[in-house]
Amino acid sequence: MSTEPILATHAAAPHGASHAHATVSGLPAPTAHHFVDLVQQEEAEKLGMWTFLITEVMFFGALFTAYTVYRNMYPEAFLLASSKLNWRLGGVNTLVLIVSSLTMAMSIRCAQTSKRGLMLMNIVLTGLFGATFLVIKYFEYSEKWHHHLMPGPTFNYAEFGQWGPQARIFFSLYFAMTGLHAFHMIVGLGLMTWVFIKARSGHFTPRRYAGMEISGLYWHFVDLVWIFLFPMLYLLGAHHHLA
Amino acid sequence: MWKDFPLLPDSASTMANQIDMVWWFLVALTVVMTALIAAAVVGMTIYFRKKNDGRYATQIVGSTQLEILWSGIPFLIVMGLFGWGTAVFVNTQRTPDNVDIDMYIVGKQWMWKVQHPTGQREINAMHVPVGKVVRITQTSEDVIHSFFVPAFRMKRDAVPGRYSQQWFEATKVGTYHIFCAEYCGSKHAQMIGWVTVMEPEEYERWLASTTPGEVPEEAGRKLFESMRCASCHITAQGVSQIDGAAPRGPSMVDIYGREVALKDNRKVVVDDEYIRESILHPMAKVTAGFEPNMPTYEGQLGEDQILQLIAYIKSLKSTGTKQ
Amino acid sequence: MSTSSLMPAGAAPVIATERETYLNNGYGWKSWLFTIDHKRIAILYLVSISFFFAIGGAFATLMRLELATPTADFQSDTYNKLFTMHGLVMIFFFLVPSIPAVLGNFLVPIMIGAKDLAFPKINLLSWYIYVVGGLFTLYVALSGGVDTGWTFYTPYSSTYSSSHVSAMAVGVFITGFSSILTGLNFIVTVHKMRAPGMTWFKLPLFIWAQYATSLLMVLGTPVLATTILLVALERLFHIGIFDPSIGGDPVLFQHLFWFYSHPAVYIMILPGMGVINEIIACFTKKRIFGYSFVAFSTLAIALLGFLVWGHHLFISGQSPYAGIVFSFISMLVAVPSAVKVFNWTATLYKGTIEITTPMLYALGFIGLFTIGGLTGIFLAIISVDIHLTDTYFVIAHFHYVMVGGMLMAYLGGLHFWWPKMFGRMYPEFPAKIAAVTVFVGFNLTFFPQFILGYMGMPRRYQVYPPEFQLLNVLSSAGASILACGYIIPLIYLMWSLKWGKKAGPNPWNAKGLEWTIPSPPITHNFEAIPIVTEGAYAYGPPPKVLGPGHDSPGPHFEEESVEH
Repeated sequence: MSTEPILATHAAAPHGASHAHATVSGLPAPTAHHFVDLVQQEEAEKLGMWTFLITEVMFFGALFTAYTVYRNMYPEAFLLASSKLNWRLGGVNTLVLIVSSLTMAMSIRCAQTSKRGLMLMNIVLTGLFGATFLVIKYFEYSEKWHHHLMPGPTFNYAEFGQWGPQARIFFSLYFAMTGLHAFHMIVGLGLMTWVFIKARSGHFTPRRYAGMEISGLYWHFVDLVWIFLFPMLYLLGAHHHLA
Repeated sequence: MWKDFPLLPDSASTMANQIDMVWWFLVALTVVMTALIAAAVVGMTIYFRKKNDGRYATQIVGSTQLEILWSGIPFLIVMGLFGWGTAVFVNTQRTPDNVDIDMYIVGKQWMWKVQHPTGQREINAMHVPVGKVVRITQTSEDVIHSFFVPAFRMKRDAVPGRYSQQWFEATKVGTYHIFCAEYCGSKHAQMIGWVTVMEPEEYERWLASTTPGEVPEEAGRKLFESMRCASCHITAQGVSQIDGAAPRGPSMVDIYGREVALKDNRKVVVDDEYIRESILHPMAKVTAGFEPNMPTYEGQLGEDQILQLIAYIKSLKSTGTKQ
Repeated sequence: MSTSSLMPAGAAPVIATERETYLNNGYGWKSWLFTIDHKRIAILYLVSISFFFAIGGAFATLMRLELATPTADFQSDTYNKLFTMHGLVMIFFFLVPSIPAVLGNFLVPIMIGAKDLAFPKINLLSWYIYVVGGLFTLYVALSGGVDTGWTFYTPYSSTYSSSHVSAMAVGVFITGFSSILTGLNFIVTVHKMRAPGMTWFKLPLFIWAQYATSLLMVLGTPVLATTILLVALERLFHIGIFDPSIGGDPVLFQHLFWFYSHPAVYIMILPGMGVINEIIACFTKKRIFGYSFVAFSTLAIALLGFLVWGHHLFISGQSPYAGIVFSFISMLVAVPSAVKVFNWTATLYKGTIEITTPMLYALGFIGLFTIGGLTGIFLAIISVDIHLTDTYFVIAHFHYVMVGGMLMAYLGGLHFWWPKMFGRMYPEFPAKIAAVTVFVGFNLTFFPQFILGYMGMPRRYQVYPPEFQLLNVLSSAGASILACGYIIPLIYLMWSLKWGKKAGPNPWNAKGLEWTIPSPPITHNFEAIPIVTEGAYAYGPPPKVLGPGHDSPGPHFEEESVEH
């Protein structure tokens, strides 16, 4: 094997290219100085969001683990406690989120096909569906508040007979999981506002829509978490009414 | 001076020697490996030290054979150690069948409450005879503690809300440290005590010299009555009715250690843990053939009292039943 | 090797005028606090983690003072707060960020030929998050401390402790995001920002180590964040998830906690191993022996790290079968660790070895990590662990890895890249004295603790039986020597900033992209993005004949040894 002096191996690419409108390779210029071109920048941004979403999976993962452990320990208590949740409202919220994911995807499609008006409308609709979800969630939370189902010293044990304390654990998990999810929804609404402002100023074009795409990734992820939460929390004890 | 500052712990239980064998092997392995690595590092550093002769280092890419060799050998060594260490674990973990003394220990910030089967109660002290199998069933009233006797090489967490067991057979007369090994708050370092291992005769004398409190079974029997457990559960052989009606709960006679069928077709062995659960969460595992109508006793019974009830239920054998 | 020819043709020689570097490109506080230059952010981290290291060290000093006598000198609560704060500060505010956030931040983009990390603003954000988390810690320390041990075991932390657990939990929670964002940044940077020709197997092993560490940070830290948040919620709103009095399971907390905290010890040691590779290669002037095996052993340790958390729970009541499986997987970690030690040792063979301060630290690392690693096997074997867990043996073991390993590597790396970071050499003589002092002081402090642990002295004990005193006095004496070993570098490194000898671009005659650019580097690192054709550690004599079709290979993976 052989080695070469390191100098011979470092051919030069002109510095300062990033300040020009096009790079040496002819690809569009990046918007941040330290990237070589826009392709590299957008790939980095997408990988960044995917990595972040993996972090998010682990973040929720701890709660899903706790849920699994306790549901195995106290299946009856979880059934009973779950029956106190309003599965109809939860179901409506599930639909709202699924539709919002659709409008999110459509807005990106519109960006790709330069349909500016439709794109803006879909972004607004996505945000509105997100807000609807939160409003419904607010009504659910306040109902739980009135029935003393917030975990804590004032928890209404009487409602669950033998299983009062364990039902409290269910509601702790319910509030922790849906609360964390709702927080992510609020962040998502902020993201939609940012996307809307950027979109209106013509930031996204068929060649440059990575910002929108990664916001979409986040939005779909948050919806996906709910798709898991809904059956685990609401549907678990829904048949208890019928029995 | 070395008598005051020993460098080895006492070795006073049947499992201490087995564990020490593994330990000393590991020490030897560590010493040999560290010496070899250190000798190689120091030796080569001196030997290959740069001299101003313009010599270039010899470039060596690597050697797959060497890599296989020095990952294979450590692999075999650690697997051997794993097998040996696990065998010792299984050996020392399994409680022998002939338990001589069933000791109950409750940890509490910051003391160990020891309850002898003969009724003696001790705090931060435990007297045991040499050569007898002692089984400890332990739990905690508050935070997690850990009952640790270095001379016996045994340690186990006392976790609130559940039972854990460990056992030992002392081999040497003497007094040995009890430590709490799991950090438990302000006076963690003072949650200590002494195990006194005595010759059997001396132990008998000690038993005789102390005024025993109620034996746990007896205390349990009283609790069983005062908590009105007997209004649903039969405790005597040959009785089939309570107040002229079929009993509402399963009979307690001979129930300990038996496998019972549950309402949902599962099966469960009646042990300490199950009895505790049934007292605190009766709905969790309802015995087949009975209605789920037992109230919970959560908050009404302390850990000591539950242990007494368990001791009582254990004692309800079809021959020689106390009642 | 001459590097001045790297400058664009016609550039003025360095001597005449002050060259523009990342350091003199702006002086005001704004130019530091709003910088998005990875090198300046590295310096910000350097200052802040040194600050927290001093605080953590002060706590340790007080602990060793207390333990010099078997009786109580402080209030028991004071002592409990000292070891808790020592652990929290050292782990979350020093060890976890040390090498990644200082050396990694500075070197990752340069070593792979990039102008910056992929997300410079997020990089700055992670420093601010670190600072906010640090402020919470300082608030907790000043307002009375926290006494749960750094492990926050429930239900003590969630129900019983009356100290500032919630504030500290929030502090740890916040700081976690700093790690996550740093890890995310490194992962994306290594994937997407490598210079043309810089393939994965041409990366310096330091980068492999940073990459593996980043995976652990991204996957592990969020679990800790959620867990610690639940403890805070438990205290604030009594949600009861870990409260055994309502059926909660305190051992579940331990599972979740160690799911992060065991990988976290690899977060702390892997970057150190990365540094050792660079130092040893440079001062033997050799390619690291078995490059690819060292690279894959790094990933193997990271992967296995996620599967062994249960070995912290051998006595806590997890199923014995689970214990045996965890013991088995923990034993496997010994293999990649051994592979690393053997490869480093083999690298010394036929090298031209130069004893500099970084090399002293690196050689010390090999020895101490060997002891630290082998004593880990004791703790992975269930039957032996039952006796040793929660005793001083554990303390000694992880200090051999964390201090003997990670801190030695950090100091070695800091000395090694000091000329690159600040353009000036540290003085070699006092630096060698300090390195030897640290080595001696360290061993005297922690070796007696192995014996103490086997004797049965539990950790976190403020008072202890008198027969343990001799070993404790030795340990305290060692700690004071160790403290001197840390103060000396602080003095001469500060001194060298102004009076140190000018370093030049490559004072060690080392290979690697960071040594091809001037010291200190310019803000964009490279005048021109380099095109990489040769592998890492291309040491060796210049080839005698450079034919026209000459092809420079990367590291070979087949067994091959070539002598020039």
